[in-house]
Amino acid sequence: MNMNYTAEELAFRDEVRAFLEEKLPADIAAKAKGFRKMTKEDHQRWQKILVEQGWYASHWPEEYGGVKWTPVQKHIWDEESSAYGGPRTVPFGVNMVAPVIIKFGTEEQKQYYLPKILNGEHWWCQGYSEPGAGSDLASLKTRAVREVDHYIVNGQKTWTTLGQHANMIFCLVRTNTEVKAQEGISFLLIDMNTPGITVRPIITLDGEHEVNEVFFEDVKVPVENLVGEEDKGWTYAKYLLTYERTGLAGIGISKAALSHLKGLASRRLKNGKPLLQDPSFSQRIAQVEIDLMAASISNLRIIAAVEGGGVPGAESSMLKVKGTEIRQAINDLARRAIGPYAIPFVEEEMSLDYEGEFLSDENAAPMAAQYFNNRKLSIFGGSNEIQKNIVSKMILGL
Amino acid sequence: MDFTLSEEQQMLQDTVARLVRGEYSFEKRLEFSETELGFSEDFWKQLGELGLTAVPFDEELGGFGGGGVEIQSVMTELGRGLCLEPFMQSVILGGGILSQAGNKDQQDKYLPGVASGELKVAVGLQEPQSYYNLNEVETKAEKSGEGYTLNGRKAVVIGGHCADLIIVSARTSGDVRDADGISLFAVDPSAEGVERRTYPTIDGAKGCDVFLNNVKVDADALLGEEGKAAEVIEYQTGRAIAALCAEAIGCMEEANELTLEYLKQRKQFGVPIGKFQVLQHRMVDMMSELEQARSMAILAASFADAEQSDERRRTLAAAKNVINRAGQFISEKGIQSHGGIGMTWEYSFAHYAKRLVMISHQLGDEDFHLERYASLLEAS
Ligand SMILES: Cc1cc2nc3c(=O)[nH]c(=O)nc-3n(C[C@H](O)[C@H](O)[C@H](O)COP(=O)(O)OP(=O)(O)OC[C@H]3O[C@@H](n4cnc5c(N)ncnc54)[C@H](O)[C@@H]3O)c2cc1C
Ligand SMILES: Cc1cc2nc3c(=O)[nH]c(=O)nc-3n(C[C@H](O)[C@H](O)[C@H](O)COP(=O)(O)OP(=O)(O)OC[C@H]3O[C@@H](n4cnc5c(N)ncnc54)[C@H](O)[C@@H]3O)c2cc1C
Repeated sequence: MNMNYTAEELAFRDEVRAFLEEKLPADIAAKAKGFRKMTKEDHQRWQKILVEQGWYASHWPEEYGGVKWTPVQKHIWDEESSAYGGPRTVPFGVNMVAPVIIKFGTEEQKQYYLPKILNGEHWWCQGYSEPGAGSDLASLKTRAVREVDHYIVNGQKTWTTLGQHANMIFCLVRTNTEVKAQEGISFLLIDMNTPGITVRPIITLDGEHEVNEVFFEDVKVPVENLVGEEDKGWTYAKYLLTYERTGLAGIGISKAALSHLKGLASRRLKNGKPLLQDPSFSQRIAQVEIDLMAASISNLRIIAAVEGGGVPGAESSMLKVKGTEIRQAINDLARRAIGPYAIPFVEEEMSLDYEGEFLSDENAAPMAAQYFNNRKLSIFGGSNEIQKNIVSKMILGL
Repeated sequence: MDFTLSEEQQMLQDTVARLVRGEYSFEKRLEFSETELGFSEDFWKQLGELGLTAVPFDEELGGFGGGGVEIQSVMTELGRGLCLEPFMQSVILGGGILSQAGNKDQQDKYLPGVASGELKVAVGLQEPQSYYNLNEVETKAEKSGEGYTLNGRKAVVIGGHCADLIIVSARTSGDVRDADGISLFAVDPSAEGVERRTYPTIDGAKGCDVFLNNVKVDADALLGEEGKAAEVIEYQTGRAIAALCAEAIGCMEEANELTLEYLKQRKQFGVPIGKFQVLQHRMVDMMSELEQARSMAILAASFADAEQSDERRRTLAAAKNVINRAGQFISEKGIQSHGGIGMTWEYSFAHYAKRLVMISHQLGDEDFHLERYASLLEAS
């Protein structure tokens, strides 16, 4: 048992810190730390810096531009990057479709798509969910019919995160209706500029536009855009989901959010004293910090197991549930900390360019919206109920 | 013991319910919210014409001296419709303060307008640093000539953006958190030195912070005895808490109905999601939270107009504590049970959730009322 980083790992951490100190643009860090709105341009600027450093696609094989970090190195990066205010990578290209292409794609697909993910030419979104296929993803209906050298795609995807910025979408489509639901699904890469595709915004409860509906009407997709074999898409989709889930615990982000909360609670007053010194409020913060401590060690245990050659299995489902509950608890406290000022919705103060007087604390404005918006954490990436179903089936044998 | 409404009370509630159903569809509510006023002028007028804004007042003002239960009947239905009009602020809190603290002249001047709905009152009791402690008053009122000069800032005054009259608390003596030395003033929002920073609220209404810079008011702006307003504030915010509890019940009823309906309709894995036991039990919990909350709202209503006592204080603190927790539970679990659709703007559930959570930020959150209750605990 040794809970400490090795000398090499510590050296790596120093390198990461030095890099973040030098290269992370201050305005982007301020946005991430203050939960301010991040634009597409912000993401692209940071991506470019990371690509230059060779750290953007750290988990890819070296031949395609990766650095093959160990799971511990990846973990160190996540923690440090969040602490410094590095924005969360938009995962759809680099962390989702890329691993699938690398594992199941043809050499041509790798040569074509991977560089475009790195250089930002392709911005991907994820077309899994449909109006009728949420938790029951395998019941998806979007149809792809093969006609010689292309597919004709008809149907609808929904909840497509940042689809409004994307020029590529990876989709699960039904290619066979004769077999069991899971056996008739294929994995297609679709250019969003193809005729017949319409993107419509879905506005979330906090007034944000981050998700979309994507409609397909007789969309022609070349057969070269099929990943792997026809009707085998479910296997690839599940491969991707385990990738997605491990990141969803968001331990690093929670640590950053907790530190942000403490800042808020040290400035907001109750009976003339900082909330951080208030007996009941400080205990609420202490409780969530304790839970986060436990979750972060659980996270390390999974990472260590993977480092030892294991695959993250159903344990990552457990961690997703815990991790998202903790993040939601932090958001809940941040909302409480600003008291009556949770009520005003002062959109202009959510932008970094705001130069006026702040209504209350400079970090207050996004807090209530953030609390509502992050109800999504326990819904997407497989709802927490579905994660528990997985654990009870896969681990407990129920 | 009788928990049923009297015939008159039931008629009152039905009247409001019918009005809300007819005039306040969810789509219309979104439109009202987007206007500069932030609510429906027309609906507000109708509340006045039907005598609903007069309910708590005496006959000569067009009312019938309605108490906690009558207010509850009205507020529950306004809650169901997520109505944005300043009924609680103007009629209950503003009207209540004027009735309790105002002298004959002041009452004659303001109450007819409040009761008819023609005069909208907003009440500014909180300050940027005060959190939920309404005795924490830094705003100063200094005697100058015959009247007073007000300096300070009142925070998150819901309805203050369009109010014809703003009642503010200000300190005429004492230390910043002393109950003694707080006074109430009726301020004309268009008076020199009054500035408002207006904003939408996250639950769809509008409010403002009120900045008072050397605002001169006459002696007759003082409501009640100088320095003795803490009692009035405590009593009247108690009535407002009972009203908020009733509003929350309306929101929770609607939220639970929406969720239950969705559990029956939405199919995944070939069955309605309501077949999954984890969602069934959660729905049961949501229902029992609502029933706990309803019990406390009824209790709060029965104490709203009772004489002040520690029992009244305790009951209202307890009620708000229960309502805040139940409201948050029903909001969060309801969104979760809906899945993605529960997070969207175009579906009404999220708007109920936002209102319920924001009710917990009005007149004291869960911890505030728990502490208040604990400080009033009976020894045995
Ligand atoms: C903000 C946001 C962003 C998203 N981004 C994307 C994206 O980019 N791409 C994409 O493809 N999808 C995306 N999604 C979709 C997301 O994956 C789905 O919302 C999720 O899978 C749940 O599906 P649903 O919303 O249809 O809810 P439903 O599946 O209808 O679930 C409703 C409720 O029933 C519960 N439930 C369902 N089945 C069971 C069961 N068997 N046992 C117990 N409980 C059950 C659920 O847990 C939930 O509480 C996003 C969603 C949100 C909210
Ligand atoms: C102190 C005590 C006094 C009692 N007194 C009496 C008495 O006076 N007379 C009498 O007749 N009996 C009595 N009982 C028995 C009592 O009614 C049973 O214990 C009870 O009905 C549960 O049955 P069980 O213990 O066989 O547990 P089980 O029925 O085997 O249940 C085990 C667990 O499974 C859960 N479970 C079972 N079915 C479902 C389902 N469909 N969905 C979800 N969860 C489920 C249960 O909730 C429980 O958590 C007493 C029990 C105790 C402990």
